[in-house]
Formats: sequence, C-alpha cells, structure tokens
Amino acid sequence: MTAEAQQVARRGAPGSAGARDAMASVLRVAVPILLALAVGGIILLVLGKDPLAYYGYVARRGLLTWGGLQETLTRMSPLLLIAAGLIVAFRAGIWNLGGDGQFLLAAVITAALAPALVGTLPKVAILVACMIVSAAVAALWAVIPAVLKARYGINEIITSLMMSFLGISFANVLVKLFFWDPSTTVPQTRTLPVEERLPRLFDTTIHSGVLIALAVVILVHLMMTRTAFGLKLQVVGANPAAAVHAGLNVPWLTIATFTLSAALIGLGGSVEILGVFGTVRADWNPAFGLLVVPLVFLARFNGYAAIAFTLFFSALMIGGDSAARRIGVPQHFVLVLVALLLIFLAVVEYLDHQRRKRIGA
Amino acid sequence: MAVPVAAVRNVTKRFPGVVANDGVSLEFNAGEIHVLLGENGAGKSTLIGILAGMQQPDEGEILIGGRPVRITSPRASLELGIGTVFQHVLLVPSLTVIENLMLGGPWWRNLLRGPALARFRELSQLLGVEIDPDAQVGRLSLGEQQQVEIMRALWRGEKVLILDEPTSMLTPQGVKDLGAVMKRLRDKGVALILITHKLVEAYELGDRISVLRLGRLVGALPPERKRAMSEQEVTDAVIEMMFGTVAQHERDAEILVGRGRRTHRARHVDRAGPPRLQARGLATQATRGACPLRGVDFDLWPGEVLGIAGVDGNGQKHLAEMLAGQRAAASGTILLDGRDITADAVPERRRRGVRYVTDERLGEGTVGAFSVATNLVLKEIGAPPFFRRGVSDWDHIHDHARALIKRNDIRTPSEKTPVAKLSGGNIQKVLLARELNAEAGVVIFNKPTYGLDLQNTRLAHERILAGADQGLATIVISTDLDELLEISDRIGVMFQGHLAGIVENGPDVERKVGLLMTGAKAA
Amino acid sequence: MDSLLTEAFLTSLLFGAVTAGVPLLLAGLGEQVSEKAGVLNIGIEGMMLFGAYAGFVAAYCSGSFALGFVAGGIGGALVAALVVLLCIRYGLNQIVIGIAVTLGMEGLTALLHYFQFSRTYPRLDLAPAWALPLLSDIPVLGRALFTHNPIVYLAVLLVIALGWLFRATYIGLNLEAAGNKPAALDAAGVSVVKTRAFAVLATGFLSGIGGAYMANIGAGLFVPFMTGGAGFIGIVLAMLARGRPVWVLLGAALFGISLAMTTALQVAGINIPTDVVQMLPFAMVMLVLVIFARHSVLPPALGLPYVRGER
Repeated sequence: MTAEAQQVARRGAPGSAGARDAMASVLRVAVPILLALAVGGIILLVLGKDPLAYYGYVARRGLLTWGGLQETLTRMSPLLLIAAGLIVAFRAGIWNLGGDGQFLLAAVITAALAPALVGTLPKVAILVACMIVSAAVAALWAVIPAVLKARYGINEIITSLMMSFLGISFANVLVKLFFWDPSTTVPQTRTLPVEERLPRLFDTTIHSGVLIALAVVILVHLMMTRTAFGLKLQVVGANPAAAVHAGLNVPWLTIATFTLSAALIGLGGSVEILGVFGTVRADWNPAFGLLVVPLVFLARFNGYAAIAFTLFFSALMIGGDSAARRIGVPQHFVLVLVALLLIFLAVVEYLDHQRRKRIGA
Repeated sequence: MAVPVAAVRNVTKRFPGVVANDGVSLEFNAGEIHVLLGENGAGKSTLIGILAGMQQPDEGEILIGGRPVRITSPRASLELGIGTVFQHVLLVPSLTVIENLMLGGPWWRNLLRGPALARFRELSQLLGVEIDPDAQVGRLSLGEQQQVEIMRALWRGEKVLILDEPTSMLTPQGVKDLGAVMKRLRDKGVALILITHKLVEAYELGDRISVLRLGRLVGALPPERKRAMSEQEVTDAVIEMMFGTVAQHERDAEILVGRGRRTHRARHVDRAGPPRLQARGLATQATRGACPLRGVDFDLWPGEVLGIAGVDGNGQKHLAEMLAGQRAAASGTILLDGRDITADAVPERRRRGVRYVTDERLGEGTVGAFSVATNLVLKEIGAPPFFRRGVSDWDHIHDHARALIKRNDIRTPSEKTPVAKLSGGNIQKVLLARELNAEAGVVIFNKPTYGLDLQNTRLAHERILAGADQGLATIVISTDLDELLEISDRIGVMFQGHLAGIVENGPDVERKVGLLMTGAKAA
Repeated sequence: MDSLLTEAFLTSLLFGAVTAGVPLLLAGLGEQVSEKAGVLNIGIEGMMLFGAYAGFVAAYCSGSFALGFVAGGIGGALVAALVVLLCIRYGLNQIVIGIAVTLGMEGLTALLHYFQFSRTYPRLDLAPAWALPLLSDIPVLGRALFTHNPIVYLAVLLVIALGWLFRATYIGLNLEAAGNKPAALDAAGVSVVKTRAFAVLATGFLSGIGGAYMANIGAGLFVPFMTGGAGFIGIVLAMLARGRPVWVLLGAALFGISLAMTTALQVAGINIPTDVVQMLPFAMVMLVLVIFARHSVLPPALGLPYVRGER
C-alpha cells in the first residue's frame, strides 16, 4: 500500500510541492498513459487495425465534437459520484467493492419513486426526495458489511461483494415483481417524463446532474483535506492502530464512512435515472462500480485528479462506443487500456519508489 | 592455532546515509562464546544479518573453516552450519513445534516425522530441555519458544550459533537457563556468537568480547585476557574502548553497565497526601496473542515513578492500554484524583491529564506516512485551536509543530516530513512532545527506551525524571530491569496478568523482583 | 408442485449443479492456495476468463477437450504470472492489480473473441462424459453425479489432495508459514517470494481450468464476460472455508445447486424470477456471517507484500 501512503504523505504536507515535484507528478501520470496507449496500439496493430486512426477517432468523437463532448460530460456524472464514494471509503482503508449493488438499488428506488410522485410535489422537491431516499437505501445496503467490519473485523471485500451480488439480483426482483410498469412487455419501471427529469444545462443535452456530481467530488475532496472528519478517516485508513491509540471511535467512523460511501454511489445511480434514463429495465447493469476503482487509484484518491481521469475515461467510453461501430474495434478495448494504464502506473510508481530509496531521499 | 570456524574480514556495509559496518574483522572459534557488545545502532544486527544471509556485504569477505564463501541467502547460511536466533520470535504460531523445525525441508518429499523426531530428541538432549514436539508454538511461553528457536538454528548443523539479544524477553531464571544451555553447547564444540548491549551478560557468558561502536570494531578482549580480569576491570576496559575515558561518560557507562555502577534514585515521594491514580481490581478480556489483566491494584502518587517489570507478554500491554483508555475494562475501577474515570474513553482521559507514550512508536504511536506536524496533533483532531468547527487550521498546526520541534530538539528536515523518515530516537521525541505538555498529570511509558541508542536512552530517562520532579505521576513499563532500578521509586512486577507485589526500590530489590517475576509472592 | 419432484427434474437439477459448481470449486480451491500463502488474489476472475478463452480456442482448434483444459490451465497461469511479477515480486497493491487484471482480461478476451469468432460463433461438440462404473447405475444420483467429464472427478479428488497437501507435506508447511509468518519462512531458508509465486501460479492454473470448463463443457462456446462473477464467488468461498478444502466443496455445491435451480425452475415452468433463486446462496452466506459473526480467520499476512527486515 505504498502508493497511498506516499500520496497521503504528500497530502499531509501541503505546499511542499515545488516545480520539480510538480514536473515529477506530471511525468508519473504522463509516462504510464503513453505506455498504455503504446501497448494498446501494438494490440490494435496485431488485430490489423490502425492505432493512430483509432485513437484519433476516439479523441474526435469523445472530446472534439460538440455532440461527443456532451455525451462525455453526461457520462461523467455517475462515474464522478461513484468516484466520490470510493475516495471516501478507500482513504479510510475500507474496500467497498459493492458499488454495483448500491448503484443499481438506488437507481431502481428512484425509478419507482419519481414517476409515482409526479403531480404530488413540486418538481424540485421530487428530484431532491428521490436522491435522498435512494442514497439512504444504498447506505442501508452497506450497513451489514459496515457493522460486520466495525464490530467483528470481518473482511469487507467479501461482504461488500456479496451484498453487491445480492443487490443486483434484488434490484431485478424489485423491477420484475413490484415496480413492473404494466404497459410494457419487457419488465421495466414506469418512465419519468422527460420534462420531470433533471433540467438540462442551457441548450445542451447535458443534464444538471453533472454539476451535482462535480460539486460532490470537490466537497469530498475538501472534506478529506480540510476537515477534522476527513483527517480522522485518513488516520483510520493509514494506521487503524494509531486511530485507536489517538482515541478515535474507529467502529463508528467505519460505519459512517461505509454508509457515506454507499450513499454517494447510490446518489450516482439516482442521478443517472433522473438525468438520463427515467426508468430502469430489468437486468440493466452498467457495472460502473469496478470500472471506477482503477480511476480512483490512478487519481491517488485526489478529487481533482479523479475529475480529470473521469473525463479522460468518459471520453474513451463514448469515443470507443462510436469507434466500435465505425472502425470495428469493440468498446471492450477501453477496458484493456484502463488495465494497462493501471499496471503501468503501478510499475512506474514502484520504480520511482526504488529510485528514491536508492538515493536515500 | 586452529583455524576459526567462521570469520569476517574487513566487512563493510553501507545503507543510505549510514555506514552500518565499517571494515569489521572478527573470528569465531569452536568451543567459544564470542560476545559482540555495543549499543543500539552500533552495527551488531547488520553483522549478523550478513552472516545469516539476510544482507550482502558491500566489501570484505566471510570465511568458513578458512575458506572464503558468499552467503547469498538464509538457506546458504543454514547449509554452512550457521544458525541464527533472531531478536524477535520467528516461528509460525499456528504450527506445532516439530512442524516449525521441519519448515524449510525438501519440498518435494513427504513430511518425514520419524527422522525429525529423532533429531528433535537429539537436540533436546544437547540443550537439556524438555518440550512437547506436538505443542502448538503459539501456546508456548516465550522462553520455550526461544528454546525451539535455538533448536531450529542448530537443526541442520551445529557449527555456529548466533544469538541476537536473546535475554531481552526472559525472566532472570530464564536468563540463567539460557546461560547454562549456551555453556553446554560451547563445551560440545559449538562456536557461539552472542549479541548484547548489556555488559553484565557479556562478562558472565562471554569467553571473548568484541566491542562495536558506530559500525567499527573499537576493541576486543581475547579469552586469556578476559579470564584474568575481574568484573570491574572488564567493565572499565570496555567502557574505555567505547568512550575513550570513563570519567567523561559516566552516565552512558551507567546505562550500559547496568549493575555495579547503578545509582538508585533518591527522592522523597510524599505519600501522605491522596494518591493521584488508584487502580482497583482491574481486569480485561482476553485477546488473541495478549495476556489479559486479572485483578490489578495499585496506588500512584504525584511525583512518583512506579516501575512495572516483568517478562514481555504478562499483561503489561493491556495494563498500559487500559489506563490510557484504549482498552475497555472487564471489571475494576480507575480513580483519578478520586474521580472514577473507568468509563471515560481516550479523549476524556487525555483531557484530564492521562498520557500514554506507547512502545509501538510507528505501529500505533504515529502514522508513518503523515507529516511530523500532523502526528503532533494526532490526539487533538477536531479540537481547538488546531481545528475550528471541524475545519483544519493547517497554518496553526504547522506553527505549533515548528515550536515543538525547536523546543524538543526533534531532528527533522521540516515539520512536513513524513514521520517514518525520522530515526527511532526522533520519533520518540515526537511522541514525548505530544504527550508531555502542560496539562499532563499521569504518564504511562511503555518501554520508553526500547531500540534507542545511548544518547536517546539517556535523554528519555532525563525526560521521565524531570517530569516526575515536576509532580507527574509516572508509570514506566519495561522489560529492562536495570532501567527500572535506575529511575523508579517503586517497582511492581507483572506476572500472568497480576501485578505481583510492589516493592520499594533500594538495596536487595533486584532479588525480590527476580523472585516475583517467576511467580513467587511478594516477600 | 408435482413437477418439482419428478426424477427428470431432480436429475437435471443435480446435473446442472455439478456443471455450475465445478468452476466455482476449482476457482475456490485455487484461491484457497493463494490465501493460505498470504496473497489476496482478486484477479482470479480475469484468470478464469482468459483460461476460458484459451481453453476454448485450444479445444476448438485441436478438437481435444483434454488439450482444452491444459490450455485453459496454462492460460490462467500466464495471467497469474503477471500478478506474480507485479504483486509478489514488486510488492504492488494486490487489490488494485487484481482489479486491473480482471478488467484487462474482460476486455482482451472480448476483443480477441470479436476478431476471431464474432461472425461465426462456433460451438464445440458435446463433451465426452465418463460414466463411473456401478455408481452411475444408481437411480437419479447416478445420472446426475457420476456421468461427467473426467475433469469433474479430478476436481473432487483435488479436494482430498489439497487437504493432504496442506496438512501433511512440506509444501503445506511452507504455504502456512508464508501466510502466517513470512519472516519465519524466510529465516528457515525458504524464499517467501518463490512460495507465494508458485501458490499464485497454481491458483491461475486451477481457475484457468475452471474457466475452460465453463466454456467447453458448461456452454460449449466462448462468450465474452461469460464467467459473470464466478471468480468473485470463488474468493468468497475460499475466505469462508478458512483453509479447509472440504468447505470449498460444500460452498461450491450450494452455489451450484442454486445456479442450476434457476434454469431448472424455468424448465419446470415455475413462475418466479430467477433472481430470487440467485439471491439465495448469497443471502444464506450473509445470514451465516451475521448470526455466527466472529473474527474471520484469515492469515495475518494476507494481502501484505513481504519485505525482508520489515515486520
């Protein structure tokens, strides 16, 4: 866990980053990105595709055309909220790998609740109520792993994964047995009318959930770096024994962190429904949960860096989708790129660490 | 003269920023106990690391039976007949004795219990000990575990046996037993290397004494010379090797020597007034790997230093943690100035002046990756003036840190340096700076000088005594009896979770404490 | 409800349970080896997936199921080799690299599949089954449990073999020490890195075979993302089994039955969503954890890289 330790160390020492350090941090990210793109390019060559054409097309469709950029920014909102949730948990040393279940359950609750409330409350109230209730349900879904970890020290990787599988199935059960819109043949919830969804930004297709997501990520970042609560979480994450020694209420912090993390991820699911789909179809699962884990690591749990990586990744996803149709490289290639990026980042970090150890810095 | 079983010649080993061994040459002979003496950080551990195959020397050579060899791995070391008993127990607690001894056998074979048991009996006889080969190691006492370690070190040959600070976790009786085992092995022709920082042990056990300081060999007493000298003469000779003269470094020498030159602390604690801290019937829940408390009672007055002696693992950890508020009491009460604080958690107790300087400086005392500044406020997170309405005031935290760094002479590049980059002595200073502020009333020190070099040991002792002189009620937990004899007013002994008697420091206290450590009732 | 108790229904249910359970068993046993040695192998899903792909390609090209399993095992071990290099050799974070490996293999196999088979979607012939003499004549159970591909029997034998390996061999001692007190293993002259490396390679090999079984026997073809979390279930099984292979077998059976139940119920025309049945094993495991919540017994050094001299 040296990567986080270093990152935390750097954080705990704000202001020390000189120009050389800044340069080094840029290199530490730029080199892995270039290496990942290069190795990805070789894979494309082997498959008989022109890597430059592919990357060019992805960049154009994902970032450089107005339509593509709008899609990219729209895609960012669930990813950012999941990232915010993961940052909270990971910084506290809690491996919440149950994101998919939390996300989907919240999405289903929103999809069930929102259309039912239409007409009873003002629009803003409905939107806010849906977000709060869905986030609360997601948080509730994390209570069992949280308590098991806090009280009995049971590994949360296993319990959150199981709750995730459970949550995914349960979300489907909810759609199929309880919230099935009778007017549809394929099981799905009632659809929230477009005019009742999150308002669009100006004349774009981007919904305002993106702003909520950005605000949440920045707030989480500030909470982590500027508040006592954030510092407490970081102590728990970096050295649980020290947290006990310092008199922190570790079980309570664990439960608070876990549920907060799940609530933020759930908010992501809610916003995705309120902003984009308006309904949940049975067996729908974008499986963003695990996808965002690498992004958060690439960003070293830094909120601002997470925004940058999410933008990069969203553009890859959106551009990759188009490229799949146009150039004939399936969008799964994006997964390969992310994996390569993560591996190279870890290796570069390791080499850098070794180098610094050698010079005794 | 016979060829030495093992020898190092001009061995140099450098680490970033330190030369751990600087051109060291030593010889180890069969049938001889060779003591390597030196304070923490003198380079003893590096030297045995090299012999044990854990580290490679940068320069110089190792000779086994006169033949130069390269010891590239622990396995190579074992195969050359060099066995090492490390300072910390290196046995797998979940395996049995015999399984631990078989560990490292040829993996392509089935476990051969028969031959292993035969070898076990052979070694039991050689050592003169009796242990159940099928007992789970985690359930053995530390002394027994050490005997298993010695067996393991001798398992594949009994040419050279290295013992790294082997007495630090033993009772006085255990130390005697170990001495007997060592002499037995010596008489059977094993070359023994004993690493210690205690002159007493060096004198009692060693045939040959070599003194290391700052990575260099600064002197040696060959057997014929040592035999002809009294304890006092050996002591003077060694101190002269280490420091040049005796006079200038009297305090260092005292710490080093322990017995013989010890000055008992002569102060007058006023026990007429009410005690600051009262413990009544303290007990804790058993946890894995730690001995719980069973009915601990004591009173502690302001300005008093109560030493807690005992072999590691007899409940000291729980006692410290419970007094600090880190561990819940199963029963019993703690009164601070007559007020019941049993139910208070760490923050409340800290507010009332209870301080705990832990022995696990990086393990729990600090967060290694965090800055010195953050660690200095680690127990004040959320409290003003460093945090206002839950928001961190980093400027204030850093100013505070700079002031403490200056006042406590903490050697760090800056207050923003991660604390793990500091030396052990400086990390200890960070802890002391954090705990011993103006509001302190009761301080618990757990092994306050563990792993520190002489200078920092002395500083820590001075700090403890200065605090007591200002009226702090002080508890010092240590496995180093000499240390307690030097700084305590009274000494209590932890034995299997009980506080087995508290005796006034003074003449003959050592014998009484030694008895208590073996479980005898207070005399 | 009569249809539930027919012989045909029970046979198909149990047969399906074996088919669904064997990959979980192999993955769980493999993960158990890693965990024993102190490695938390989150990348097992990726190893299964690549094993499935490699196994399918080999079986498809050679026509030999045996070769398919070998290729699957080797494929899984190759992915494991990457984990060995990054996590064991370089000491990088096992969870991060594990997730990277899983994502990467999901992408890579989907990509390769797309370029090779997306137009043809080839299928393998029915796999040869080996009816165990006598046992296969037992009514219901015989057909369901004792007429399977030989690899199934091997997997069950592996449970016994691993139990013996863990308890009665030097390898078992080494694994135990590597997970419990790596420094002790190092001091005993055994390389912690090598021990863990072999453990992870074994995990890759076993889960790769599990993946190949899913593709070649279970489905008869390779489908992207086909493991669908089986690797993660394997991790869960290994963690709950606390070092005992028999418990992995029981867990795999439990999950196998409920997975088979989902298809069997559909066939039987029972009208409840398959998701309800799918939830059962997870709910059961969580319930067990909640009711008998105790400190989970995991090796103390699990997930931590070993650096000599650091404790």
